[in-house]
Amino acid sequence: MTFILIFISAVFVNNIVLSQFLGICPFLGVSKKIETALGMSGAVAFVMTIATIFTYIIQKTVLDPFNIGFLQTITYILIIAALVQMVEIIMKKVSPPLYQALGVFLPLITTNCTILGVALLVIKKDFNLIESVVFAISTAIGFGLALILFAGIREQLSMVKVPKALEGAPISLITAGLLAMAFMGFAGMV
Amino acid sequence: MKIILNGLVTENPTFVLILGMCPTLATTSSAVNGMSMGLATLFVLIGSNMVIALLKNVIPDQVRIPAYVVVIATFVSVVEMTMQAYLPALYESLGIFIPLIVVNCIVLGRAEAFAAKNTVFDSFLDGLGIGLGFTFALTLLGAIRELLGTGKSFGHIIFPEEYGMLIFVLAPGAFIALGYLIAVFNKLRAANR
Repeated sequence: MTFILIFISAVFVNNIVLSQFLGICPFLGVSKKIETALGMSGAVAFVMTIATIFTYIIQKTVLDPFNIGFLQTITYILIIAALVQMVEIIMKKVSPPLYQALGVFLPLITTNCTILGVALLVIKKDFNLIESVVFAISTAIGFGLALILFAGIREQLSMVKVPKALEGAPISLITAGLLAMAFMGFAGMV
Repeated sequence: MKIILNGLVTENPTFVLILGMCPTLATTSSAVNGMSMGLATLFVLIGSNMVIALLKNVIPDQVRIPAYVVVIATFVSVVEMTMQAYLPALYESLGIFIPLIVVNCIVLGRAEAFAAKNTVFDSFLDGLGIGLGFTFALTLLGAIRELLGTGKSFGHIIFPEEYGMLIFVLAPGAFIALGYLIAVFNKLRAANR
């Protein structure tokens, strides 16, 4: 039951992009086409799950026992950077088609704040390892959902005439605002 | 002076470059929160820009990104611990967005685009300019959202809260207010040209 609650809360109620404001850069950057949105969501889901497991284990086995919690930020970002690099190398060797599909997005993920954000949130929320993994996967699904919905809207939007000053970023932000408003309908479900 | 103005207006990180959107949207539910976030980023920017400009000849080219990230993370930890010690209420309200300054694209972007090529003093000025531009944008957005949402400005009551549009303090209002703010900025820049 807890898992279902975590899932619904992370995907709909507290959607990472539309109500937590994490990962806005890729949300605005790679949402021009549905295919790229799919690729980015896949890469994020993959890295987020692995990164959360690694940072969680490091936190519980190294940072907490030695009382060096103040090194959290540095440790996490190094783990994530190293992990992304490693995933990229392994993927290139093991599965070239997958690398072709996700490859370009991988370096971008290091500076994607959703990954670091989720790693920090699971510690803050006091989840255990399995809950953390469920939370990471659900968050990634929520990210993908928002990204793909938004990409669909933007494909339509590119054919519409917009006032000159609103072209580009402003109209995308306002559209995202309306999408966020729609997601507010889920508030109170959990 | 030219470098500072460049950061404030011509290359304003929020309105022109559209970088660092996450903290911009998340921490601007009030003017004070927005300003504090801006100032924290300003400090990190100045510190990391100066250190990276100092070390630019020592850091090998292939590992420069990890090296920059470590420098930035160090300054972020300094800000985080200082804030936790002296401003615990603020630290609570900004939450995980303080450690997330590490992955703010503005900081890494300036390290790569400016500090890696220029002198220490110029990098200091660049950090100051970009940081002030960011602080200005966040304070402005925070003030607008606070006024429209709760009828207050920096905590002072302008009109009764019942007349406020609560949506501006919540998530959708952040997107919409920023969208229109960038549109106004675009219009002004087009008129100046």
